Amino acid sequence: MQSQATYNYKVVRQFAIMTVVWGIVGMLVGVIVAAQLVWPELNVHEFLHFGRLRPLHTNAVIFAFGGCALFATSLYVVQRTCHTRLFAPGLATFVFWGWQLIIVAAAVTLPLGITTGKEYAELEWPIDIAIAVVWVAYAVVFFGTVAIRKVSHIYVANWFYGAFIIAVALLHIVNSAEVVVSWTGIHSYSAYAGVQDAMVQWWYGHNAVGFFLTAGFLGMMYYFVPKQAERPIYSYRLSVVHFWALIFTYMWAGPHHLHYTALPNWTQSIGMLFSLILLAPSWGGMINGIMTLSGAWHKLRTDPILKFMITSLSFYGMSTFEGPMMSVKSVNALSHYTDWTVGHVHSGALGWVALVSIGSVYFLLPRLYGKTEMYSTKLVNTHFWIATIGIVLYIASMWIAGVMQGLYWRATNTDGTLTYSFIEGVKATYPFWTVRLVGGALFLVGMLIMFYNTLKTIAGQKAYDAPVVEPAAAHA
Amino acid sequence: MLDSINADFTSSFWGLYVAGLVTISLLVCVLILVLNMTSRETGAPQVQAHTWDETLQEYNNPLPKWWLYLFWGTLVFAVVYLAVFPGYGTANDDRGARAEYAKETEKFQQVFDKYAKVDVAALAQQPEAVATGKRLFLTYCIQCHGSNAKGSPGFPDLTDNDWLYGGEADTVKTSILEGRAGVMNAFGAVLSGDEIKDVANYVRSLSGLSADAARVQRGEAVFAANCTVCHGPDGKGAASMGAAFAALGAPNLTDNVWLYGNSEAKIIEGVTRGRNFDNRSLKNAMPAWGEFLGEGKVTLLAAYVHSLSQKK
Repeated sequence: MQSQATYNYKVVRQFAIMTVVWGIVGMLVGVIVAAQLVWPELNVHEFLHFGRLRPLHTNAVIFAFGGCALFATSLYVVQRTCHTRLFAPGLATFVFWGWQLIIVAAAVTLPLGITTGKEYAELEWPIDIAIAVVWVAYAVVFFGTVAIRKVSHIYVANWFYGAFIIAVALLHIVNSAEVVVSWTGIHSYSAYAGVQDAMVQWWYGHNAVGFFLTAGFLGMMYYFVPKQAERPIYSYRLSVVHFWALIFTYMWAGPHHLHYTALPNWTQSIGMLFSLILLAPSWGGMINGIMTLSGAWHKLRTDPILKFMITSLSFYGMSTFEGPMMSVKSVNALSHYTDWTVGHVHSGALGWVALVSIGSVYFLLPRLYGKTEMYSTKLVNTHFWIATIGIVLYIASMWIAGVMQGLYWRATNTDGTLTYSFIEGVKATYPFWTVRLVGGALFLVGMLIMFYNTLKTIAGQKAYDAPVVEPAAAHA
Repeated sequence: MLDSINADFTSSFWGLYVAGLVTISLLVCVLILVLNMTSRETGAPQVQAHTWDETLQEYNNPLPKWWLYLFWGTLVFAVVYLAVFPGYGTANDDRGARAEYAKETEKFQQVFDKYAKVDVAALAQQPEAVATGKRLFLTYCIQCHGSNAKGSPGFPDLTDNDWLYGGEADTVKTSILEGRAGVMNAFGAVLSGDEIKDVANYVRSLSGLSADAARVQRGEAVFAANCTVCHGPDGKGAASMGAAFAALGAPNLTDNVWLYGNSEAKIIEGVTRGRNFDNRSLKNAMPAWGEFLGEGKVTLLAAYVHSLSQKK
């Protein structure tokens, strides 16, 4: 029942391997900046200063590691579930090399201090243009493949990948609108001013979380969880409801990043309310993922890839509960600007995004070389436990540190003066920064194990392109 | 006040626009839910008629009840919140927050106001006032002067009883109230490189630091011709020439206390480029705090700072 044509796995292989490589690079930079907080002496040079490396860390883990994982899985999933070869494979090659070039450009410019200063959108205008071009090419490849599909129904994973691709294009282009003030010095200013700029920035910033780090990875979840568990998805209806509710409400949530600022009060209120409404749509994905496993729980004992996936869904549920709670103004009054935010972000980034990506790449890699198993399942299991312990250390220490900082900062004496100077809060945070460093380092060790396992898996193996599967009879 | 906050919205249309969008958004959520609520069927769930990629199938279980209640709950909460708090349209009612803030500010203002005209030196003897001053110092001053008040390059040590503008209690208060703008002219265009090196060696010798004897000799003449106007004929600083000169802030160069470091290179840098009031880096600049903090807090700060150098 299989035709002669084969899927285009080449671009998937390239992105899958670079996911592991950029994961190591990005997390290494993360460990370095964590160490710089514990030992400020490590800020040895302006190029290697915390202020320069921190955006390099965020860009590398989100757009290099997370981005490559999304490219690899989406381009795999869209072919497999549309039962067709990739549309415009030449363009897909361009997407791979273009994205790598963008990552390298980021890794050079950020340490040099070339930045727009907008969080998660630091890259300057030439790189912004390159991102837009590569992204449109990616959209053409993805939606082109959907358009030439051999089945009438579009699989749920593709809805989420599709929403992610469209929304990220919109967010990037609107937020990166800037006035170039130096063509040679690579410098620009935002096209927006004052509080509007802040609002556009956090409309972008929060939806980058919503569409890049949530919708995209839900697409990943919707393919790899049922595949690995070999169980049908729990509820088609639930996937419809939570998809539309999620992409609809996320767009409103940005203002919760600007509570108690110059942003008008009514805007803050709307941001908070739609963040709370987001709780149920977010959990819809978690329920669908976890309930898909019901009937296959025993597999968790022997299958470390499923462990990665179920744990990632648990962290997803946890951080999508924590997020709405932190958006409540009175909670935000305590949590804002503290390490609690950092803990929250990492429970999502390490717990959800990284674990589901790692699990999916462990599923993908052997199949891209004509095998079904990684070189060592035992090492996959080891990776899982080291990563999980690392995450727990990381987020628990940041929760404690964050709440403590919030309480330190708001304590006042009867005369209205602050009980603690800022530096006292800094001193009290040191032990927790140390624990966080250990947690982050453990997570990095896990990635190094993955790298070794990857090399051993693909060493001496021929690249493999699976034949295109004919659609099941029901679709014909 | 509210008008100025909503300055970008120049007509009431935008209030209606926002209210309309919020209403539509909430209704869309309701619609999505209502359209997909189905009654539970009995029996084992059946998979949908589609299969993708050999094995991928879907059940069509109804929405979990507790999850539906959660969704409805957040929607109801949003409606109630919008009815009570600002958010529907561009209404900006602060529900008394600004009035509360003003009241608290007023209360604390009274606490501090009573110190405004108290003698600083006398206040420095009162442990309670000094403790309050220290807390203020730890909030407003440590960014430049450090939490131990020992300063950092470009920002003076406040504990060493060495003063640029005079150390009397009232002078310290004036420094905080009105700020200070330090001026050291750049001599790079006036003097040759050798002359600058000579004078740097001479200045080092004034504090008993090692220096090239020949350069010290030549440097003395350069100093006499260029530097004595501010630093005084013997290099003991502006304050040594009398109260009228103290406001110049030119430091005593003979006491081995250095604001920017005592290496030959640092001194050459200072003479060549000058050490001028710089708004951007706050180098050689002490901001005026009177307007921001009020005289009461400034008096307490002066008492604390004054007490630091009295201990010795």
